[in-house]
This record gives sequence, structure tokens and C-alpha cells, in this order.
Amino acid sequence: MGNLFKIAIRNLMRYRRRTMLTASLVAIGIIFVLVFSAAAGSFKNLIVGQITDSMLGHIQIHRKGYVASIENLPLTMNMKSEAVAKIEKMLEGMPEVEAYSPRIKFGGMFSNFTETTNIRLNGVDPEKEVKIVPLLMSRIMEGEKAIKKGVIMIPELLSRGMNVKVGDMVVVIATNKDGSVNGKQLKVGGILESATGPGGRDGYVHIEDAMEILRMDEKEISEIAVRLKDFGALHNVYGKLENMLSGEQSKQGKPTFEVHTWEGLSPFFNIAQMIDIMTLFIKIMLVAIVLISVMNVMIMAVYERIREIGTISAIGTLPSKILSMFVIEGLLLGVFGAIIGNAVGLAVVFVLRLAHINYNFARQTFILSPSVQVSDLLIVSVIVIIVAVLGSLQPALKASKMEPIKALRHV
Amino acid sequence: MELIKAENIGKDYTVGEVTIRALDSVSFEIEPASFVSFVGPSGSGKTTLLNLIGCLDKPTEGKLTVADTDIIGLDRKQSASFRGEHIGFIFQDFNLIPVLTVYENIEYPLLMVQNVPAKERQKRVAAVIEAVGMTDQKDKYPDQISGGQKQRVAVARALVTKPKLVLADEPTANLDHKTAYMVLELMKRMRDEFKTTFIFSTHDQKIVGEAEIIYTLEDGQLAGRETKGGTNG
Repeated sequence: MGNLFKIAIRNLMRYRRRTMLTASLVAIGIIFVLVFSAAAGSFKNLIVGQITDSMLGHIQIHRKGYVASIENLPLTMNMKSEAVAKIEKMLEGMPEVEAYSPRIKFGGMFSNFTETTNIRLNGVDPEKEVKIVPLLMSRIMEGEKAIKKGVIMIPELLSRGMNVKVGDMVVVIATNKDGSVNGKQLKVGGILESATGPGGRDGYVHIEDAMEILRMDEKEISEIAVRLKDFGALHNVYGKLENMLSGEQSKQGKPTFEVHTWEGLSPFFNIAQMIDIMTLFIKIMLVAIVLISVMNVMIMAVYERIREIGTISAIGTLPSKILSMFVIEGLLLGVFGAIIGNAVGLAVVFVLRLAHINYNFARQTFILSPSVQVSDLLIVSVIVIIVAVLGSLQPALKASKMEPIKALRHV
Repeated sequence: MELIKAENIGKDYTVGEVTIRALDSVSFEIEPASFVSFVGPSGSGKTTLLNLIGCLDKPTEGKLTVADTDIIGLDRKQSASFRGEHIGFIFQDFNLIPVLTVYENIEYPLLMVQNVPAKERQKRVAAVIEAVGMTDQKDKYPDQISGGQKQRVAVARALVTKPKLVLADEPTANLDHKTAYMVLELMKRMRDEFKTTFIFSTHDQKIVGEAEIIYTLEDGQLAGRETKGGTNG
């Protein structure tokens, strides 16, 4: 086998310029895929991080049917304290769960005593909430970075539209689940920067203030947001939670709870999927580039060496060995291309990372910090090498099937 | 016991709608360790006959036995194995592999065809490379040596596998006379040393005299057999 590799390397070096050009073409394809995947992945991770770490959390648990009606923030679909206690016990027993935070979500009227408008509010336990959405505090543009009792954090747009500043007194009025209206005077404690995605323009109050406004005698929770220790385990934990909660059924035998990952709650998931599809298309283009360039060069190689094929065949070289000779040439072209492409691709990604390129997305500034996973390098390399071998297979088969007498006559 | 036995061999080629009779009822026998030449003008069937003996092609009719094997019945893979084991080839254009050195070209059939172990391989290559006087040039590539040297390498490559038979199609056609005689002398010496049968084709009358048995072909038929010291035919 070593000799087949030696002959293949020498044959590739025989047409040095052509080999370099083909390997460069393969390498350029790989560089393109790596840089695109890294940059797109960086964008995706930034947005996903923004969505999960400032609003949604990784997973949310609701009463069955809540998410379908989430636009109305129905208080009638909140979870009772016994149910919440059951879920909290379950979550505490899961080693994958880092923290969880119960929330009361409700809609109400916001008044600065001269004007009134709508507001969507989250009643949260601040200590628990910051563990779930660590970026929440960094979104506070003005005011104290804390959600205290008697204080409301209002979204930036509302602050500007209503001309409300930190320290101003406002009134929040809401209808509770029985239909009675109640209001509470609160002090504006902070202005929240708008964030991309659902809940990005919601206000925050302390959970006890929310209970007071809604006249709840005991906590009725709209959702429990969960943060995992390892985001990569998202789907595993989701499956596990769904399994565990499916056992909880109503008297009618229907499931009581529903579990959603951030993917099921944010429309950005569709954009993330589009990014993945675009990356896939780029990979398909890479496959096409490698296939065509390797096939082209191997067809040329076979055509130029017909007499040589005739000679080695006449000497007694078995067709399988002739096939191997050419397939190994294709394989080596793929390997050379993959090595060069990976090395240059990694260098480009590293330079991009150092460059700290900024871009704006929905009033937010992101810094591009692309990174390449080892698995990506391996997958792209394996694809390229397999495709290079496939590309050389047809010309190699042609060479191995060549009649020595015809090949020897070739001029 | 004869090394080659051909009985009424015929070979037709079809070009478009025309069938060309390249060989017609050719019969002969060749003994081991002979030095034989097939002579005749271009188109007389010399190369066709050598291709048939060399298992590169199959006759349309007749019976052909080489080294006690009915080579007509061999399939593609068996033919390749048979050639690798029993037959050495010397080509008019030398046909050395350009990416291999002189040494590696000679070593090639042992390495890639017969899978001979390294120690034995080195011994055999050294012996034939010495015999053809190319030891000094063993690390050069084919494009760094002369035509005569290339043919000496080709002779060494053909002999290194210790074949029963070496076929040489116009082995001197691309060489000047002095070199051509040297190559034929070398082939004869190798025959004496390794007891290998050499069959070569030529249309060069001056070269023909070097053979010990001469078969003359005309229009695809065997027109005569001449041995040094007598004529049959």
C-alpha cells in the first residue's frame, strides 16, 4: 500500500502546477465553508444567547394550552401553587438544571397620571430570575440594577413615549382572573433596553407586587423558566422533562403541562434554521467544487497516462491495483486540499476574531466572534476526502478496465 | 517439451464494417531458452502474433498454449496474473514509468505484481541491474538516461521476475545500429544466463541475423522458418 501512495504522490508532483491548482480550489472551498459556518454560527449563537439569556431562558414550562394563547397572557391558565411545587421539586432533582424561575405574566394599563398606555409585565423573583436570564441586569440602561418591591422596570420605548424617567411615580392597573380591576402605584426603578424576540419589550415588577396587583391570595404562576448547566443538552433535558411531565394528567386524561425549548417560543428559531440551511447549501457547493475539480484532473490524468496504464497492465498489474493507484491520487488531492483549506480557514477565522467586527441588529450591537468546532473541521475534511475519492472513482474504473493492447497502441 | 505451441491460429479485426484478416492458420512450436525472431514487413502480423502469445489479445480461432497453459481460456484477471508470472515485455518505446527511478522501474513487477519480499527483491534487482550494466544509473529517472540505456532497463525489468518468456516488439526500432546490436547481445547474454526464451519482432534485416530461429510472416501467414545453419519452410 505504501508503494501505491509513493507512486500516487510522484504522479501528482509530476504535474505540480495542476495539482496545486486543484488542491487550491478544494482549499478555497473549505476556507469558504469554514469562514461562513464560523461567522454564521457566531451570529446565530449571539442572537440565541441574547434571546435565552435576557428573556426566555433555555426551557419554559406552562400549563397545557398557555403558549397557544400567550398573546393574551391569560391569567386563567396560570399554574396553581401545588402544581408549581410539584414541578419545582422535579427540577431540583435534575442535575442538568442550573436554576429555574417562576414568573407571573400579565397585561395591564400603565399611567403616568397624564397619559395611559398598555404594558406587558413579568412578575419575577429577582434572585431566581437573574440566574435564569443573566443578561437582564445588563439591559438596565438607567437606574438601579435591581428589581425591588414597589419598583417597576419599564422598557425604553415606553419611557420615551410616555416621557417617564427613573424615580417617577406611575400607576399599573390590571384586571385579575375574576374580572375585577386593581391598581398599584410604583416607582420607576430602571429603564430596560429593548431586546430582540418575544418579551423583549416587557416590563418587570417584583413577583409580590404582581400578586398584589392581581389580588392573588396564593402564587399562580404563568410560566417556569429553566436554565441548564449545559446548553448543548437542551434537547435531552427537554425530552426528559416532557417524559416526566406527561405523567401529570387532568381528570379527563389530558396532559396538564407543556414544555417548550426556546426554539418553540422564539421566531428567531426559523432564522437560525435558515442559517443552517444556508450553511448546508454552502457545503453542497463545496461538494460540487471538489467533485468537479478532482474528477476533471483525474480524467486528464487517466487520458495522459493511457500508454503507461497499458504498460503496467501488460506487465501483469491487476485491475484492482490500477484502480487503487488512481483512487489514491484523488484521495491525496482531497487530503492536500483539506489540510491547506483547514489551516488557512482557521487562520482567517482567527483574524476575524481578533478584528472584533461590529454589526447592528435591531438596535443592538453585536461583536462578531467566529469560532470553529473541531467537529466542523472533521466533518468538512471527511466530506471533502470522501467526495475526492468518489470523484476519482469513475476515471480510476476507466483506467482499470482499459484493455492493455488498446492502451499500448494509444498515441 | 515445447514452451509455446500454436495450432492454426487466426485473428480477425473488425474496423467499421470491414473485417481484416491479421493472422491466418499460423502454427509453430518454440522450445524453452530459444532466441527467436518474427520478421516481416509492416502489417504482416508480427505484433498481432506477439500480442496473442503475450496474453494481451485472443485469437479468433486456433489453439495456443504457453507454458502448458491454454491461454485462450483465461479471463482478464487470470491473463494479468499469467503475464505477471510467466511473461516479460520489452517495448519499442521502452515504456518505462517516468515517475520511477531506474531501480524502481526494475523493481516494479516484483513489488506490484509478484509481491516478492523486500530482501529477495533487493537481491534480484541488484543482480539484473548489474547484468545489464546500469548499476551506476540506478537512481536516475527515465528522462535522464539515453534510449539505449532505457532499453537496457526495460530488458532488466522484463527479466527480474524470472519469466519463462520475454516478448520484445521491435525492441531496436528506436535505437541506432550500434546500440541495437548491444541490446540484442544483452538479450542473448540474458537468455544464456537466465535460460529465458526471447521472442522479438523486427523488420530490420540487419538485426534479424542475430536470432537463432527466424519465422517470416507475410500477409498474416507464416511464410518460412529459418534456423542458424538451415532453412525449413
